[in-house]
Amino acid sequence: MSQNHDQLLVVTDVHKVFGSEETATHVLKGISFTLYRGEMVALIGASGSGKSTLLNILGTLARPSAGQVMMLGKDLTDADDETLTDFRNHHIGFVFQFHHLLPEFTALENVVFPTAVREGRERTTAKERGTALLTLVGLDDRLHYRATQLSGGQKQRVAIARALMNQPELVLADEPTGNLDRASALQVMELLADINAESQTTFLISTHDDQIAARCSRQIVIQDGVIDA
Amino acid sequence: MLYGAKMAWRYLWSSPGQTVLLIAGVAAAVFIFIFMSALIGGLAELLVNRTIGNLAHVSVEAPDRALPVLVQQPGRQVLAMRQVSTRARLGLSAPASWEKILREFHEVETIAPKLVGGGVLIRGDVTRQVSINGLRPGHESSIIHFDRGMVAGSALLRGDGLLIGKKLADDLGIGVGRTLTLRADDGNETSLTVSGLFSLGVSQLDENSAFIEMGTAQALLDRPGRVSVIEIRLADLYAAPAMARRIHAATGLDATPWTDTNEELFEALKAQGNTGSILKVFAMITVVIGVASALMLTTFRRRSEIGIMRAFGAKRRFILYVFVLQGSLIGLAGGLAGAVLAIAALSPFPPIDQVQPGQLPVDLRQGAIGLAVLLTTLGATLAALLPARSASRLDPVDAIQQ
Repeated sequence: MSQNHDQLLVVTDVHKVFGSEETATHVLKGISFTLYRGEMVALIGASGSGKSTLLNILGTLARPSAGQVMMLGKDLTDADDETLTDFRNHHIGFVFQFHHLLPEFTALENVVFPTAVREGRERTTAKERGTALLTLVGLDDRLHYRATQLSGGQKQRVAIARALMNQPELVLADEPTGNLDRASALQVMELLADINAESQTTFLISTHDDQIAARCSRQIVIQDGVIDA
Repeated sequence: MLYGAKMAWRYLWSSPGQTVLLIAGVAAAVFIFIFMSALIGGLAELLVNRTIGNLAHVSVEAPDRALPVLVQQPGRQVLAMRQVSTRARLGLSAPASWEKILREFHEVETIAPKLVGGGVLIRGDVTRQVSINGLRPGHESSIIHFDRGMVAGSALLRGDGLLIGKKLADDLGIGVGRTLTLRADDGNETSLTVSGLFSLGVSQLDENSAFIEMGTAQALLDRPGRVSVIEIRLADLYAAPAMARRIHAATGLDATPWTDTNEELFEALKAQGNTGSILKVFAMITVVIGVASALMLTTFRRRSEIGIMRAFGAKRRFILYVFVLQGSLIGLAGGLAGAVLAIAALSPFPPIDQVQPGQLPVDLRQGAIGLAVLLTTLGATLAALLPARSASRLDPVDAIQQ
């Protein structure tokens, strides 16, 4: 895992400050770590420790105040919005605590979204892949159900399928089980572990649940904006 | 951008009640727009028909020649001075050449040369002073609409034919087919047969004018090959002042627009048109405000979805497109609905020339239906720009965390 070509994401001395001068809040204080291809890593920390902020930066949704984020050998720190949007679409998937599905769309339409928005239409090939992914997450009988017609666990599984749609190298999951009951949470974690094992997709899963974290191959603990060695 | 269009459509129909209300609001504004255009256009046409319907929009004549200046000489005194315009006497020679030039202006709809002189109609010992008007055969109704006001006989003129008003004929005690004498001011006379009687509701024409064939008039008034004036009707009568200036610049001839002789009417029509424009502008403002506020609400409600779309690779221009397209679709649907409503509501109104006293002079042809639909669609699209722009600039992190 230590070879350079296995490095997927290299984070170097990342800082994030919100506000300015007297009102400034230093949320991340020099975060550095590396993610390797095929890893499933838990990002552990209490609420307010900076987990979500770090995930937003790694997902190119937010910019660091200082430091460097390199993914697939590309420095994303100063890239423009258009480049970052393209990069995200091709290489990063997201699973949020609240599924955030598009309510007017069916499960299949939600899953297909990342490809359709890139190609400008919903091609048959995309629909076939979306169907396969929904089958993978056990929702082949819910393809044409609207998001509002699904249970919380089902919605989260649709969100996982959506995150995998463009075959991203990295999936960032922010408390993916935080809004689910225990049984559903374990099912979702099982699913993520299976996908990780089969597709070698790298997962970085933020959680404050030790049991969930224990299912990952590695843990990064963040406390008060710094990585706790 | 098929996918963007699908999203816009889906979003619109996710709240059918709100969308239908919005479209109804836009349709109402478009209805007002079309109704005002049809009413003001119809009213203007009615006024124009009844007042200047039988006048030329531009009259082209030979320019006045400068009169010789009488120079005061020492020891001599001017006792009497008589100013005579040479224009009326000479008129325009080679009218066909001038007509050819005037036809080059694409705004010109009809051209009709006319020879004018003074004379007296004589039947036995009854005489009536008339204005003699020589018209080119086949173009009798080009400027004055004899064809709409014929009471007896035909409006077509032949060599010895005479077209006069019914009132004048009654004064002279004659009818169609009767013969009488027309004597010009300079003493020339000719014998004519009444070929048609008209009643146009304009006393000058009905009681004091005689219309004869151009060749006959040129012989009678002793002006062979000449005409007094070339009368022009334009596609747009309000373009007359500008057209007159252009004709003068191009030909050097005197060109008088109808507005110079009917200034008050022109001002009244302009004021009426401006009032209509203001009402139409307000109708459009209503559309813009309605669509903008509804879409602002929609974009606010969908902030987290917009954030998710951005997270999964939707570019700013995609978000902009989805929300602008919603505005355009509302504008187009409302515009078409308003147009259909207006056509249905205004079609039963009679044509302007059949409007009876007390009836609204609504002319659907002047309803500017296409313009109303186009402006509404454009207005709604512009109205959607602001909320769409703010949606496309949302910070995805803020939006998702909302």
